Amino acid sequence: MMPNTKPLLSRVADAVYWLGRYIERAENVARFLDVNHNLMLDLPQGFADQWQPIVDTTGDRALFLERYGTATRENVVRFLAFDPEYPNSIYSCVMFARENARSVRETISSEMWQQINALYLLITAESRKVAPDDLPGFCHQVRMGCHLIHGILHVTMSHNDAWQFIRLGCQLERADKTTRLLDVKYFILLPSLSDVGTPYDDVQWTAVLKSVSGFEMYRKRFGRISPERIAEFLLLDPEFPRALRYCISLADRSLHFITGTPVGSYSCPSEQRMGQLRSELDFANVEHILSGGLHEFCDAAQTKMNTIDECIVGDFFEQRKLMSSARA
Amino acid sequence: MQFSSYRTEGFYDEMFETDGRVRPHVQLVLDIIQSLDPGQLLRYKHAAERLLLQLGITFNVYGDTAGTERIFPFDLIPRIITAPEWDRIERGLKQRIHALNAFIDDVYHDQKILKDGAIPAEIVTSAVSYRQQCHGLNPPFGVWCHVTGTDLVRDGDGEYYVLEDNLRVPSGVSYVLENREVLKRIFPGVFEGLSVRPVNEYAGKLLAMLESLAPRPTSNPRVVVLTPGIYNSAYFEHSFLAQQMGVQLVEGRDLVVVKDDVFMRTTKGLEPVDVIYRRVDDDFLDPEAFRADSLLGVPGLMDAYRKGRVALANAPGNGVADDKVIYAYVPDMIRYYEGEEPILPNVPTYLCWRDSDRQYVLENLDKLVVKAANESGGYGMLVGPHATAVERADFATRITAAPRNYIAQPTLALSRVPTIIDEHFEGRHVDLRPYVLCGKDIYVLPGGLTRVAMRKGSLVVNSSQGGGSKDTWVLSPGAELQSGGQQQ
Repeated sequence: MMPNTKPLLSRVADAVYWLGRYIERAENVARFLDVNHNLMLDLPQGFADQWQPIVDTTGDRALFLERYGTATRENVVRFLAFDPEYPNSIYSCVMFARENARSVRETISSEMWQQINALYLLITAESRKVAPDDLPGFCHQVRMGCHLIHGILHVTMSHNDAWQFIRLGCQLERADKTTRLLDVKYFILLPSLSDVGTPYDDVQWTAVLKSVSGFEMYRKRFGRISPERIAEFLLLDPEFPRALRYCISLADRSLHFITGTPVGSYSCPSEQRMGQLRSELDFANVEHILSGGLHEFCDAAQTKMNTIDECIVGDFFEQRKLMSSARA
Repeated sequence: MQFSSYRTEGFYDEMFETDGRVRPHVQLVLDIIQSLDPGQLLRYKHAAERLLLQLGITFNVYGDTAGTERIFPFDLIPRIITAPEWDRIERGLKQRIHALNAFIDDVYHDQKILKDGAIPAEIVTSAVSYRQQCHGLNPPFGVWCHVTGTDLVRDGDGEYYVLEDNLRVPSGVSYVLENREVLKRIFPGVFEGLSVRPVNEYAGKLLAMLESLAPRPTSNPRVVVLTPGIYNSAYFEHSFLAQQMGVQLVEGRDLVVVKDDVFMRTTKGLEPVDVIYRRVDDDFLDPEAFRADSLLGVPGLMDAYRKGRVALANAPGNGVADDKVIYAYVPDMIRYYEGEEPILPNVPTYLCWRDSDRQYVLENLDKLVVKAANESGGYGMLVGPHATAVERADFATRITAAPRNYIAQPTLALSRVPTIIDEHFEGRHVDLRPYVLCGKDIYVLPGGLTRVAMRKGSLVVNSSQGGGSKDTWVLSPGAELQSGGQQQ
């Protein structure tokens, strides 16, 4: 079923896809910072250096070490929140999101533009300081700002191709962040499995769940804290909005809406790769994943998502070959 | 805030007579403003500034770091025009635009007006904006100026004069629409009891005009707005107009010409384009036809246009009539093509290529405003009375070296409107840019952009030079009677 909408410029599709990714990235960084800050308050003094892991979830460890050296709270907050030189800081993500929004202002709704602009004004005002005065308060504002963008997007913009590209970018970014978080945390927390049941272990796993706003939903689903069930919840849950499987199934649907091809078939490389990943997740089981190595699984999933991203660029944004369509 | 200490200081004031009496048609508005609680007007002013920032209604300044955005200062006190005044402006603009279109079409065809000697031929052929490439082209309805933003000024005598025609890619209309929205949202009370003509029909009129240019009969012509991109100073306007019309905003790289048809690159392949409202200057439109180094343009676009496969608004080549030397001959064009006397006069203009004029200009640089014939936006300009001796000497050298490129005009005592400065009202000089759409018919948007020189005594209203703007009200016929009656 193809609605008869105006065709979407490739440049615009590219810009809104990244708009979705940047907004999601900013929100994730804000949540990781907030949860880590909260976690530090629960842990005893001198309980290891716990700021390095959140740098690791970004995949930019080397860059951080080069620019800042040690992972103190101050350095990590500065790096992840305000560093204008670091392209994945909250500051940079919001800048890029707004720049993209500005270049497609006629495509997105006015309300959405205004909210992105409001978030930009908030960040530019805050980033004049070395660090946020009130880190939890700041992270909360960023998260709420991003939620507001998603909400406004949902109810003020037609769910047309442009909207689907925003959702596609957002879901792929979300899926990527969930796998990174799980990968890093699982690796760090696993050695303490021998101490299963210590209060700190539970506290740390709870923090992982809170990092994806999944603590309450996890409790309802599985109850007791257990690393295996957490891995299952974050990777394979069909209902939790930040679970890898859920994100990929939504991304898959957006892609099929855009092409008009029925779900379960494909018309271009991005659809084929996405469909493969979706069905893999639909039929996976967590014991299998863990026995094969969680890290290997997360790593492979990220590689597949990167390939999907490259295929999307080739299928929709570049389009070098000249195809002529019939006149309306 | 009260007007009790407000002084007209000998200038023509849009709200007060020379003797300090309130002009009858603004009495009602003045009463409303003066009845506000102390501090309320300033609170409105700050709310308006916050709103503009939140809305992201900003412009970029050339020469500044790329991407630096500023809000265009907006003053809450409206500039108000009566119905009879507006009627004359509207008739004058229609007459002028009609004659200008006839002139441009003539210049690129038989050049009758040059052969008949009404305008010296060498003046036209020496204009930088004269395009050999446009000879013999036949845009629909013989119209070359689809969107015009004529600059009008009011001198000390209260008379409106045409200062510039701005035929190429005039900007600013988005501020007209947004200023009205902001004022309605922030200070709705000020509209009470008056019948102000709405401006929000502009986008609909613009779209209808553009669609009427479609080169092929099609039920749903595809119109796009072509922008140089987000770093252009008028980018906000380009995206605003595209959004208001519900059409695509494209950059040069989004378009491609295949076998003389124009397409845009979409996620589903190439889609045909019928009409381009281009906000890119001629020079950058098509690197094959004009400047070869242009990265903004679309190779092959002029060929497609020449073969009638795509419509361009405004038509390339129309800038010939924007040349400030040719401007001086517009009254003659009106007489020649319309057989009428001009309704709106030109500002008296000295043409430096004439020996006697040049002599006068060089001797009176301290009294005159000198302008380069092919510049706009307040660039390449000397305001004699406010310039230093060094600046005047520099212009004297330039004029002597290239007399064809310079004109001069008397320094006009531009009319003033009360403006909020700090915590009181002061008179500030303004101009008026009405917007005119021309397809099969001519439409004049009731109102226009009132630009304000925010610096005390300054006559330069351009946004790039620290100007601001005001909402411009055209009263409905009969509205004055109403307000006059309540004044008692």
